[in-house]
Amino acid sequence: MFISMNWVGDFVDLEGLDKLSLISQFSLSVAEVENDIFMKGEDIDGIVVAEIKSVEPHPESNKLHLLKVDAGQGELVDVVCGAPNVRVGMKTAFAPLGSRIGDITIAPRKLAGFTSNGMCCAEAEIGISDDGSGIMDITDDIANGTPIKDVYAVDDIVFEVDNKSLTNRPDLWGHYGIAREFSALSGRPLKKLETVELSQFDSLPKLDMKIEDPLCYRYSCIKVDKVNRSISPVNMRIRLYYAGMRPINFLADITNYIMLEMGQPMHAFDSRKVENIRIKRFGEPFDFQTLDKETRHIDTDTLMICNGDTPVAIAGIMGGLDSEIVDDTTSLTLESACFDPASIRKSTVRLSHRTDASMRYEKSLDPEMTVPAVGRFLKHLIDYDPDVKVISSLTDEYVYKYPEVSLELTRAFIDRYTGISISDEKILSTLRSLEFEAELDNDVFSVKVPTFRATKDVVNKAAVIKEISRIYGFDNFPQYTVEAPLYPVNMSTEKNVEEQIKDILVVRERLHEVHSYVWWYTDECKELGIETEDNIRVLNSNLVIRNSIEPTQLCQVNKNTLTAPEFGIFEVGRVVKGVDPETNLVNERKMLCVTLFSKTAALEELYLRMRDIVAVLADDIKHREVTFEKREPTHSWQHPKNLNAVICGGKEIGEIGLIHPSIVKKIDKKCAIVYAEIDVADFAELDSLGIKYDEPSKYPEMEVDLTFRTAFFAPIGATLKNIGSPLVKNVSVADIYDDEKGRALTVRIVFSDKEKTLTRDEVNEVVNELIEKLAKIGVALKQ
Amino acid sequence: MFEKVNELQKKFSESLQAADSSQELEKIRVEFLGKKGSVTDLLKGMKSLGVEEKKQYGQQVNKLKSEISDAISKKVEELHKAAVEREINSVPEFDVSAPARLRRGSYHPITLVQRDCERVFRSMGFTVEDYSEIVSDYECFESLNIPKDHPARDMQDTYYLTNGQLLKSQTSAAQNAIYKKYRKALIEQGKPIKAVFPGRCFRNEATDACHENTFFQMEGVMVDKNIGIPNLIFFMKTMLSEVFRKDIKVRLRTGFFPFVEPGFELDISCLICGGEGCPSCKHSGWLELCPCGMIHPEVLREGGIDPEEYTGFAFGVGLTRLGMMKYNIADIRDLNSGDLKCLSQFTQDRE
Repeated sequence: MFISMNWVGDFVDLEGLDKLSLISQFSLSVAEVENDIFMKGEDIDGIVVAEIKSVEPHPESNKLHLLKVDAGQGELVDVVCGAPNVRVGMKTAFAPLGSRIGDITIAPRKLAGFTSNGMCCAEAEIGISDDGSGIMDITDDIANGTPIKDVYAVDDIVFEVDNKSLTNRPDLWGHYGIAREFSALSGRPLKKLETVELSQFDSLPKLDMKIEDPLCYRYSCIKVDKVNRSISPVNMRIRLYYAGMRPINFLADITNYIMLEMGQPMHAFDSRKVENIRIKRFGEPFDFQTLDKETRHIDTDTLMICNGDTPVAIAGIMGGLDSEIVDDTTSLTLESACFDPASIRKSTVRLSHRTDASMRYEKSLDPEMTVPAVGRFLKHLIDYDPDVKVISSLTDEYVYKYPEVSLELTRAFIDRYTGISISDEKILSTLRSLEFEAELDNDVFSVKVPTFRATKDVVNKAAVIKEISRIYGFDNFPQYTVEAPLYPVNMSTEKNVEEQIKDILVVRERLHEVHSYVWWYTDECKELGIETEDNIRVLNSNLVIRNSIEPTQLCQVNKNTLTAPEFGIFEVGRVVKGVDPETNLVNERKMLCVTLFSKTAALEELYLRMRDIVAVLADDIKHREVTFEKREPTHSWQHPKNLNAVICGGKEIGEIGLIHPSIVKKIDKKCAIVYAEIDVADFAELDSLGIKYDEPSKYPEMEVDLTFRTAFFAPIGATLKNIGSPLVKNVSVADIYDDEKGRALTVRIVFSDKEKTLTRDEVNEVVNELIEKLAKIGVALKQ
Repeated sequence: MFEKVNELQKKFSESLQAADSSQELEKIRVEFLGKKGSVTDLLKGMKSLGVEEKKQYGQQVNKLKSEISDAISKKVEELHKAAVEREINSVPEFDVSAPARLRRGSYHPITLVQRDCERVFRSMGFTVEDYSEIVSDYECFESLNIPKDHPARDMQDTYYLTNGQLLKSQTSAAQNAIYKKYRKALIEQGKPIKAVFPGRCFRNEATDACHENTFFQMEGVMVDKNIGIPNLIFFMKTMLSEVFRKDIKVRLRTGFFPFVEPGFELDISCLICGGEGCPSCKHSGWLELCPCGMIHPEVLREGGIDPEEYTGFAFGVGLTRLGMMKYNIADIRDLNSGDLKCLSQFTQDRE
């Protein structure tokens, strides 16, 4: 919303104060002011009112005219002018030699052979409207040579308030409310709004009006006849223009003017079209043409203003085309009403049509404002069109009144919030300057909230604190820490585990952490030949929430294949694994997903690297071992082989696997890709077994290397475990060797005894037993 | 007899000269000084000499013996020195001027900023909470004093899911649960509620270099019997100064958010110009950073905390925004791109 400081000045005298600094104060204490502040009129200097005394056609141009202009300087000035609307006797805005428009200083200028000693100006050129179609047509009786700024309010300071920051302030949607804030900030008094006393019309007949629906809180209307004026006064048009509205005609302009002044939307109907006003909803939907000539679909929830049973306006949103003010309208019925804010909001959403009126209504306007707005409307109307005649009494139905808000705040309550002690006088004067009734009795402030703040904005004590503190100025608050008892702070295990995982993967495994979106990358996946799997969706959208991070990570790997021959990425992110049919709530899981990509390593090597990473996480974070169990794939992007569940502490915490070769080929013809996905919460829930210190033996260890013909270590490990020798300290695979006869594994067994030096015989006994037992199950030593 | 001594001496000198390894020296030692060595042989011929001659001769032979012994030792040392020298010289000068291979992993920049923020608050006794990304309308709106059809819902375009849940549009969605989790300790044991909760948030808006539909925030709350506006300012300033590692000036502006009253917008002095005014702060000297305020009485009440007895502050800081400011990341979309050209640059960042 654009605010004119001239307009604010109608209601609070800010003369002698630094307006720009007041505006910055406003931005801190009231609502956010956009950065650009417009110094209206700054662009022009020396423009005067002048009269065209003669108009001659230009001998060589159809468009140009040769004028003689009386600019009040005694002698007539020769001017060459290209405007189509020049006529003898017309008064216009004139830029004489030496005057300035923008960066241009007016100097004699030759136009098609004739010298022009000045320029007649369009309203757009002097910045008071966007009309550049012809030169300004001044109908007011003003002496030639009068500086234009002396008669019209061209000079102004205009700033824009961010509408979002006015969401909770219905009272700030008009200049009067803004002026109240400036009054409180500056300490200057707020002037009363001048209105026409409406009781003088009480003897006139009432209008036929009935509220038939509780969504209308209040409806006030009055009928006026003999409207003669059709164009608004220049100053009113300038204000409308500065405030961001386009002047239309006198009546429409005043309704807009009142809206911008008081925040009360108004509508003027052609009286011929509204004889029995009814406010109601319809049982059946229908189409309705609004005054912007659009046909809109009205449903059964939308409140309508009707003439009997004929709808004439969408309540609070926009008037109808059929009942609008037209050229021959002389008699109008003025509506000043208040509606249920939620209903207006919902209707605008359904109609997808937001207007200046609906924007205000949905903020919970004060119904007390409808009648003063009528009085203010008549004041402007009569001021500028003195012959108008009010021909009805004020007809007013008030069916819903917001409750009065009275609050009591103790000094202690206020001080607790502010942390300082603002003086009694300051608290009282602040509240009163904002038109709150405030009294102090025995350290208790009794506050009555004005109706225009009581519709939703200030309905509790904390809101009163806001009023006091914002006017006091936040810059005046100290900053200090709290006094509070100390307790140890435990971070949740899951959070800790997540951080440990990241550290291990980054620092130790040299992987890169990435982020991604929580929904399927449907298009990118398709390019890789991965079909989006069904899962819960985002409403009214194609977005499907992912059930695994891996497909996303494959898309990310795909984008990075040129950055390095080998890399690994990981993310701790969320997935949804189905919806609980009973609670209808999603099963959201926090997953760690890791993908390793290599153009140099063999697939097996990469896969085992992943196995080691998973084992390192379990060992480092939980001091536990992991085991693996073969699984069948459940996703089409998985490789049918080598999918293994990761088991830790007897619980399945995730899986490691390969990617389907058809997808891998699309990413890179010669590369290996492996992945792991671990459920972070499941993993975090496991108890850590802690570090168990093992005192090293003082006697030498003995190592035995045995090479078996086998592709798998499992039978060897299991058999050794079975033997259960206390001398076996560690078993590892020292070498893997493939030849024409198949695979050979070299197993290194470390023997140790804490009590004595091992003998060869003791060790051989275990080794021989192992070899024998293995031979029985078909695992032979390599010859 | 005496000539024999001289001859042997001469022979030894020649042998020693020719030797160039410790093995050869050992051979020479045995040859001259061994039990069957030449010096021993010399002594054998002594019997035929007179007493005086014997004495002289003996002295000469002994002298020769010790000379040979010393010469061999000396030569051994020389050879050893030469060997060490050769070994040293065999190592060339290595080229450290070549760029180091860092072979590093990387954290996501949001993780770094998040850890910074968490660290500050943890050091001041705040718990760090985690929360789900999919929440209910109650958690995200109703419990935060944003009933259905509240105009404030226009401020956020929410992703609703087909089951009625939604992708949380703000970390505030965890507030209610946190109040309920800690209210007992607050009321019964007087333990203030001090918590921060970082998380991913979602808003349905078109993305460009400055706008993302998926971003990170960190919310913080503190509730106790005497929490006021000065405390809020203190904690915000402390956090931001720690994150940016310099003294940050903050200011409050009135702001409207339904879950706080009074509500504020917090501005910080421009990081580029320090408040003088420059293009990046649009010459105002200030950058709008985060919403905050005193927790709305209705929000406390909904969390089971009596607003007559307790007050608290809450803030929500954009971790994504902080990260972009801290690391001068121009395009917000890089953060979710998975592009390692961007992301691999963020190693540990602790001081």
